Amino acid sequence: MMRFVLAALFALTAGLAQAEVAAVYDFDTREQEVRYQNLIAELRCPKCQNQNIADSNAPISQDMRNEVYEMMQAGASNEEIVDALVARFGEFVRYKPELDSRTFLLWATPAIAVFGGLLVVAGVVIRARRVERQAAGLSAEERARAEQILKGQDNTSDS
Amino acid sequence: MKRFLLFLPLLVALVLGVVLFAGIGKDPTKLESALIGKPVPKFTLADLHNPSATLDRSLFRGEISLLNVWGTWCPSCRDEHDDLMWLANDKGINIIGLNYKDKREDALVWLERLGDPYQTTIYDPKGILGFDLGVYGAPETFVIDAEGVVRYRHVGVVNPKVWEETLLPVIEEARGNS
Repeated sequence: MMRFVLAALFALTAGLAQAEVAAVYDFDTREQEVRYQNLIAELRCPKCQNQNIADSNAPISQDMRNEVYEMMQAGASNEEIVDALVARFGEFVRYKPELDSRTFLLWATPAIAVFGGLLVVAGVVIRARRVERQAAGLSAEERARAEQILKGQDNTSDS
Repeated sequence: MKRFLLFLPLLVALVLGVVLFAGIGKDPTKLESALIGKPVPKFTLADLHNPSATLDRSLFRGEISLLNVWGTWCPSCRDEHDDLMWLANDKGINIIGLNYKDKREDALVWLERLGDPYQTTIYDPKGILGFDLGVYGAPETFVIDAEGVVRYRHVGVVNPKVWEETLLPVIEEARGNS
């Protein structure tokens, strides 16, 4: 009995899962489809905040996917498509923000951090070398005295 | 120099603290409109009450107006409706409605039952103008100046507090400029 109920439940919900799939678009070539998939993967849904429009089921994402498709069919370039959506929804929809004065720090922070880290490492190494050299550095006079001491002829205490 | 280096972590922590503190209390779901300072996008849509009449953006010229995006499917729109009535009737604000992704019959019943705060209502069943305006969740309310330029966009319900603290200052500034 239980098995029958489960089977019936699965049979019923299978239809639901299928109904979730949004509009399917036809492309002339495989490259176009890949281009479309790449575009919708790097555009962000304004309603759902942390999803791209490829993953999101929000009506607004459907509208945006539709716009991407329509513009592609009309021969627009990737840049034109993204710009058209940014003009409506703002920079927020870009997962890859443009490099300009406002986003400079965003892009530059990793490079600055790596460069800063290298500086620190270089500083530590240079300082360690300097200390080493100083420790090893006896003048000729000092060396001669040290040898005398080692031979047990320390003249400072004898004379 | 060495002394200064000792204070470096403290300095970094302070700067980070200031930056993070500035973010506290900001609602990340409220985005600033990309259209601020730009004219209302071109559109040709029917009047909700009069299917044969077409409306375009010249509708927004001549007077400062609020453009309220709503639909009968949107519970928060019901929530703010009484406050829109108050703004239209008591404050004499010119409110233009944008009936967004809705059915005409449902919208007309809604206005019949709850009252109509809108001078004119644009009927946008496919959400064309909504899309061009960057609407991502109703209700949204735009402040549009007498030249038809978008001044501000409020996402979420309008209530007396939002009116006093947010919308009224923008409208007053727009009045001062024009």
